[in-house]
Amino acid sequence: MFFKTALLVLRKDLAIEKKSFEIVSTTLFFAVGCVLVFAFAFVKEGQAPIDVAAAILWVVLLFAGTLALGRTFERERYGETLRALLLAPAGRPALYVGKLLGILALLALTEIVLVPLVALLFNAPLFERPWLLAALLGSGTLGFSAVGTLFAAMLMRSRTRDVMLPILLYPITIPVIIAGVRGTAALLASPVDEPTAVMWLSILVTFDIVFVTLSLWTFEPLMTE
Amino acid sequence: MDFESVRLADVTRRYGRRRAVSHISLTLRSGDIVGLLGPNGAGKSTLLSMLATLTTPSSGTIVYGEATRRQDGAAVRRRIGVLAHELFLYSELSARQNLTFFAELYGLEASQVVTAALTTADLSDRADDAVSSFSRGMRQRLALERALLHTPRLLLLDEPFTGLDDRSVATVSDRLRRLARSGAIVVLATHDLDVVDGLVTRLALVREGRLLADEAAPVGIRARYRELVGTERTDVS
Repeated sequence: MFFKTALLVLRKDLAIEKKSFEIVSTTLFFAVGCVLVFAFAFVKEGQAPIDVAAAILWVVLLFAGTLALGRTFERERYGETLRALLLAPAGRPALYVGKLLGILALLALTEIVLVPLVALLFNAPLFERPWLLAALLGSGTLGFSAVGTLFAAMLMRSRTRDVMLPILLYPITIPVIIAGVRGTAALLASPVDEPTAVMWLSILVTFDIVFVTLSLWTFEPLMTE
Repeated sequence: MDFESVRLADVTRRYGRRRAVSHISLTLRSGDIVGLLGPNGAGKSTLLSMLATLTTPSSGTIVYGEATRRQDGAAVRRRIGVLAHELFLYSELSARQNLTFFAELYGLEASQVVTAALTTADLSDRADDAVSSFSRGMRQRLALERALLHTPRLLLLDEPFTGLDDRSVATVSDRLRRLARSGAIVVLATHDLDVVDGLVTRLALVREGRLLADEAAPVGIRARYRELVGTERTDVS
């Protein structure tokens, strides 16, 4: 029942996105726009400073993710549909997992566009260790989204939610972003510094375990007024 | 898990220093259609929200048969249906998609209940249109069917007649009477005294968070309302 509920919520979010194409289009447009601006600023004669591609990739993901989180929960606020979800007999952590999976799917789509674009514009060898890069991005996105989904849901009824979300989210997820940047930078080194990348990946996985566990544990009490 | 009554014992809800609901004790029984009346800000919505398990009382208890939200949250919620002022519908999705989603969320066989619900809501011919293209009345009918998909024991309605024409008001009223006859507990918060006259079987009147009256619904609810609440601005129609 837990996973059935989570998948139902995910399927519903994807069905809405398929019809409106609102969050995908705004997130992608924003992400691509940011990368282009950074490329114009940093790339000189076809070369960018070492490691800058890693920082830009993660900073853009952070901002695009915040945008996606806000829009996803704004949709639940309209019509108070989150209250309808909370009224369902399903376990509330299952609702959290469903929303989290929806955010992850949106950010995965953004990354599919973003990573080749950054690799191309910054002449960055991001695909030297594709599985390691995918693991870094996947675990980093999960850590960021786990906390972001909890805070976005919690702030949904707050009038200052747009201001409060980054204020609460960024200090907590900065370690995730730092680990992501350092892990990705290790992949861009020549030769590739695989042990360092794996070390940062293991830190990200630890963050994920802590953040997901805490979020599952606190979602129900935080969502009950 | 099922229940025949809901008992509120000395229920209070505070928001900061303000008391939205203050020391309310009330028992709702199977077959009741309770008119929860009172001026704006009386505490009706907070009371409905607490009955729906969405808001926790600051003090006091709400017991559903023998169960409480804290002990049997999911089981209690399975027997509660809510039609709030906001309609709990996804406007981007069609009527069918909305009902299918909520039916599956309650573990129902969607193919069976959704078609019946669309027919009852008189929306079969618009089943695959986006809810955003519906009038307020059509949305209201759809939202009512959404709230009734899982045949709840406790049905909580906040202004259920908003946007409905006379024919739809009569249809919804008949529906509520049938539900009560089949054993449901219907709680109806509204300002529309003329519509509830003859529909509700009990009157629970609240003002400033306090329960002023809990009695069998009299003939001529408006007169009784004025007698209890007074003739100052009461925000009723």
